[in-house]
Amino acid sequence: MSDVTMDSTVVADSTPLPSYTLRQPRLPRWAPAALAAAAVAIGVGIGLGAGLGSRIQWGLIAAVVFVAGMFALAARVEGLRQAKDRLATSMVWVCFLLAVVPLVSLIWETVSRGAKVLDGNFLSHSMAGVLTIQPGGGVYHAVIGTLEQVGIATAIAAPIGLLTAIYLVEYGRGKLAKAVTFFVDVMTGIPSIVAGLFVLSFWILMMDNGYSGFAGSMALAILMMPVVVRSTEEMLKLVPNELREASYALGVPKWRTILKVVLPTAIGGIATGVMLSVARIAGESAPIVLLVFGSQVINNNPFEGAQSSLPYYIYEQWAAGNEASYDRAWAAALVLIAFVMILNLVARGIARWKAPKAGR
Amino acid sequence: MEITSATPPGPPPPRKTSRAGDRIFLGLSRGSGILLLVIMAAIAVFLTVRATSALSKNEGDFFTTFEWAANSTPPKFGIAVLAFGTVVSSLIAMLIAVPVAIGIALFISHYAPRKLAAPLSYVIDLLAAVPSIVYGLWGALFLVPHLGGLYTWLNDYFGWTGIFAYQGGAARSLFTIGILLAIMILPIVTSVSREVFLQAPKMHEEAALALGATRWEVIRMSVLPFGRSGVISASMLGLGRALGETMAVATVLSPSFTIGKSLLDPGGGTFAQNIASSFKESGEIGKDALIASGLVLFVLTLLVNGAARLIIARRKEYTA
Repeated sequence: MSDVTMDSTVVADSTPLPSYTLRQPRLPRWAPAALAAAAVAIGVGIGLGAGLGSRIQWGLIAAVVFVAGMFALAARVEGLRQAKDRLATSMVWVCFLLAVVPLVSLIWETVSRGAKVLDGNFLSHSMAGVLTIQPGGGVYHAVIGTLEQVGIATAIAAPIGLLTAIYLVEYGRGKLAKAVTFFVDVMTGIPSIVAGLFVLSFWILMMDNGYSGFAGSMALAILMMPVVVRSTEEMLKLVPNELREASYALGVPKWRTILKVVLPTAIGGIATGVMLSVARIAGESAPIVLLVFGSQVINNNPFEGAQSSLPYYIYEQWAAGNEASYDRAWAAALVLIAFVMILNLVARGIARWKAPKAGR
Repeated sequence: MEITSATPPGPPPPRKTSRAGDRIFLGLSRGSGILLLVIMAAIAVFLTVRATSALSKNEGDFFTTFEWAANSTPPKFGIAVLAFGTVVSSLIAMLIAVPVAIGIALFISHYAPRKLAAPLSYVIDLLAAVPSIVYGLWGALFLVPHLGGLYTWLNDYFGWTGIFAYQGGAARSLFTIGILLAIMILPIVTSVSREVFLQAPKMHEEAALALGATRWEVIRMSVLPFGRSGVISASMLGLGRALGETMAVATVLSPSFTIGKSLLDPGGGTFAQNIASSFKESGEIGKDALIASGLVLFVLTLLVNGAARLIIARRKEYTA
């Protein structure tokens, strides 16, 4: 809409003669949609005609036809500058579709294949006594493992992360704070497998402890800490300084100001950050492979003996490599995605509900 | 509350206890900051110690041996294949993901209808939360069977280049890994670039529009130059993710210790994938050897992420 009015004024300004014929011709509004439909038809037609096996090619052909067709059409009707604009617009749309297609397919595959064996029995039974080629069995032991490992990791990482963020925002001056900030950033990028190797080398190889859920929790905590620090820091910075100053003016000591004024103001955002980081580590499988070792049976004690976890269970069932185990892998993937997504949605809900009223 | 009663007559008496409270609180919070630094240092130290013990027993050259026989006597292992696989697959992922991510970021920030933009960026953020093992499962059971046709086509038209030669068979190659990693790092690259594009000065855009520029010209002249450093650091963050990705690669790749001439040849390996897949069959020296390869990965990601953070920090100073 705005483009149309803008273009006509430009033309009117640059040409003193108000001639109607000088008005730039434009493609009708329905042209891109029509061309997109035509491109899809051509892609499917060529794909079927040439007998191309993979749908990915059909889509790519349609995309190329659409981009090239739009450019040619616009260049003929509207001129080169407009054609370039059209080209950019269609490229951006194609990029968007290119990204959406695999992601939709991922969700679709997981939901449709996972729903096949997902029922109460699947959620309440372990794999004890079930051969991998048999149907049946379930994820109960893996769910227990995930909950315990993630819980312990949160109990370790959340307080440390919170205190570090408080240090950085409320106390942090000088070299130490700068170093902590930098290394927190760098720590966010540590591959999960490296965190796993670290715990492996000092907890299992050097201190001679066995594989256990707790060892996995330590690696998960290392991955979680920087994320908690980052998000808490952002939230504490949003707390208006006037609140702190008002509290100091009443003679309240700094630590009580932080506990009673700053933290309650930012608590919504902090809770959101912690839950998002929980969602992130719940899907980690690499440290579990190294440290928890995996198990077919229920082990409720995270400090002793091998456990399983949902991501590990998916890997294990995939590796077993037959139809029954693939079904279980998809169902477990559905459970895991649902768990992570619910955490995400709740976290964002809290963020919206308890959003700090920005001071300035 | 007790303070209000204490303030009127001259010096405040509860000061001593509150000072102690302050000191404890400061100690706790500074202590956890220091603990983070200690953990980082400990990671480097412990990995180095185990790695050197493995390297001293290594019969082959750590950097050039095309073999991973850390459990045989004498142990012989090298990271040449792993380094090649890690770097190549991550670079393919970058080549695919960065342009597409810039496109999506522009779509959200400048092209999409207002009502669509907010839920879209929300969805992209949610997708960053999909666990990597689920991407791996999808890649192995859905993507791999669907790529055969595309690879045959690439072989027909680009096979002469050598790097796109394809002999058929399951598409469990480095190129497939690259595609999968590209899908996985899209959300992070997109969301960082989107933030930067949204910060582009509105005045510049409006000035360009007032001069009669088309939307693309506005983006090319005012948005992209402003966002360049942000996009670079976003890509480096994505690269860091791709380098360290473990389980998705371990499920999709069929590992072998050869460097194929073609990107579409099955085989190869990456640091993280090799650690996860050969861990359970490893003995004492084998584990130390894996830790040595993990140390290389650690240093690699440290360099990439550090560089990304430096770019961001410099940009902050510049814009502030």
